Parts: sequence; structure tokens; C-alpha cells
Amino acid sequence: MAVEAPQSASQYILHHLTNNAQGSGFWTVHIDTLAVSGLVGALAFGLLYLVARGATSGVPAGLQNFVEMVVELVDTSVKGVFHGHNPLVAPLALTIFVWVFLMNAMDLLPVDLLPKLLGDQGVHYFKSVPTTDPNLTFAMSLSVFGLMIYYSFKVKGTRGYVHEVMSAPFGPKLAPVNVVFRIIEDAAKPLSLALRLFGNMYAGEMVFILIALLPYPVQWLLGAPWAIFHILIITLQAYIFMMLTIVYLSMAHESH
Amino acid sequence: MDINATLLGQAITFAILVWFTMRFVWPPLTRAMAERAKKIADGLAAAEKGRHDLELAENRVKAVLREGHQKAQEAVAYAQKRADEMVEEAKASARVEAERLIASAHDQIAQEIQQAREALQREVGRLALAGAEQVLLREVDAVAHKAFLDKLAARL
Repeated sequence: MAVEAPQSASQYILHHLTNNAQGSGFWTVHIDTLAVSGLVGALAFGLLYLVARGATSGVPAGLQNFVEMVVELVDTSVKGVFHGHNPLVAPLALTIFVWVFLMNAMDLLPVDLLPKLLGDQGVHYFKSVPTTDPNLTFAMSLSVFGLMIYYSFKVKGTRGYVHEVMSAPFGPKLAPVNVVFRIIEDAAKPLSLALRLFGNMYAGEMVFILIALLPYPVQWLLGAPWAIFHILIITLQAYIFMMLTIVYLSMAHESH
Repeated sequence: MDINATLLGQAITFAILVWFTMRFVWPPLTRAMAERAKKIADGLAAAEKGRHDLELAENRVKAVLREGHQKAQEAVAYAQKRADEMVEEAKASARVEAERLIASAHDQIAQEIQQAREALQREVGRLALAGAEQVLLREVDAVAHKAFLDKLAARL
């Protein structure tokens, strides 16, 4: 339970769903989101760096085996969908998969663990799952969206891209309709990408918080099955985010 | 759901992580994996080549063995033939030697017969002369009649 000892259930829930915000207006920053995602990213990619630096082409041992398994999964996914030549796409996909997976996995920590520990240190609001913050999911999806636009221009050229926007899918005669369709289609991509991840993780976290409201002796009855099921969800969401990124970038590289 | 500057911070973190992965994580790992794949492919190819070489060597060994076997058989056959020839030669030379020995024995026998006959003749002649001497003790002058007696002895 939190330091300020909110007594009612709704206060407890609200407390758990409030970011540690500093600043005001647009220039507010969520320290918890930035800190957890940054820390998780630094740990995960620092570890990956160590493995990559010591990577042997001989018989791989232990951690290298596991890392290679992940790399292989990402590489196969990229090769299966993306047929252009772009050295960015595969590392991007790996980053998304590993990072999103680990941030999602923060959900499996007991909901009160980090808030309680940090509460004892005087930090009173703490959301420990960064992917339940739409700022993070939109940051990623908008970055991917930016790359989509960038590569569309780069690969097809301005003329080619404009032509594609004007003429697909109904032909050049219905250019205004095509443009409207295209705007809706393209706007839907980052929106769905961000909201899908956010919604899933937010809902999952919410269920954990609700389970935490139950009396201690019966918490495991619901908590254990949901946590096990959640392992599937966090992996699936990380995978979906990665796959859709690859697909969107692939579409940016191919003319219709 | 409030969107604020956190988004910018997250975008920067994301960009840094992607750059880091692209620069330091992905290339060494994929390089190591590609190298391993190549090593394994090379190893398999080498194994295949080794198997092929072994097959060739086995064939060569078989050919050499066959040749050796054939040569040995030829040598045995030659030795057999040579031995037969030597036996035949030995038999022939033995036969010749035997014939020679027989012939020389015959000669010797004939010679001895001749000598015996001559001795006998001389003895007979002497006996006859002695007989005649006994008979004609006074009348025969051994010196005077020696030529006659020798002629008689040679005729006997």
C-alpha cells in the first residue's frame, strides 16, 4: 500500500495509475516512465552489447545461445516480410521486440513492489510499467511513423510518393478521395500501434491492481493464472509491435 | 491520458537504443552467426570431400591389391614352370650321365676282356712253347725259334 495510506479502493487504484509527473503543462515529464524504460533499456542493451562483443562463431554457450535465438527470430521475421535493402530495419525490429518485451515484463513484478520501495524513499507516485504510459507507446509509434514517411520519400522520390498518394487505390481520377483515404490509412497506423500496446498493458496492469485489492490468502488464486496468461500477452504485444513495424516499413519501401 | 514532453524524451531514448543496436549489437551477432553458418557449411563440404577421397583411395587400394594378386599368381606359375623345366633338365642330364657311365663301363669291360684275352694268348703261347720245349727239349733253340714262337703266340 502507498505511503500516504489511501484507504478506499478507488484511491488505491488511482494512486497506482498516476505517473510521477514533474513540471507543468506540455513540459511535464513522467520521471517513472523515463527512468524505468531507460534503465531497462540500458540493462538489456548493455547485456546484448556484452554478448555481441564476445560473440564467437564457434559453439555458442549459454547467454549467446539465447540472444542468438532472439536475433534469429527477428531476422527470420524481417526476411520474411521485408524485401528491400535497409540495414536499419532488422536492428530496429530487435530493439522494439526486446525493449517492449522487457518493459511489458515489468508488469509481472508485484504491483506494490516498486511503489512501496520507492515510497519508503520518499517517492510518492510510481507507475512501474512504462508501456502503460501512452507517452511511451506514442513516442515509439510516431518514431516508426516518421521512418515510414522518411523512407517513402527516400525510396519512391517525392514525385513517386505523391503519385502513389494521389492514385491509389482508385486511380488518378479520384485523387481527392485517394488522398483522404491515404491520410486516414496512414494516421491509423501509429494510432493503432500505440493504442494497442497501451490498451493491452493498461488493462493487464488494471487487473493486477484489482487482484491486489483482494484479501491476501486468495490473491494467488486469480493472480497466478493471470500472471501466467500475461506472459503470453507481453510477448505477443512485443511481437505484434515489431511485426507491424516491419510491415509498415516494408510498405514504405514498396510501390503499390 | 495526457500527452506531454515525456513523449519527446521517450523518442530520444528509443532513437538512442535503435542506434546503439544498429551500431554495436546487431552487426557482431549476425556476423558471428553467418560465420558459424559458413563454418558448418565448409565442414560439411570437407566431410563430403573426405568421404569422396576415401572412396577413391579404397578403389585405388582394391586395384593395387588385384594387381598384386595377379602378379603373385604369375610368379607362382612361372616358378612352377621353371621347376618343371629344371626337373626335366636334371632328368635329361642324369640320363645322359648314366648312358655315359654305362658306355664307359662297357668300354672298360671290353678293354679288360681284350687284355685278358691277350694275357691268355700269351699264357697259352708260353704254355705251348713250354710244352713244346718239354717235347723238343733239345731240338728247339729258344733264341733261334723266338720269331716263330712269337708269331704263333700272336695268332692264338
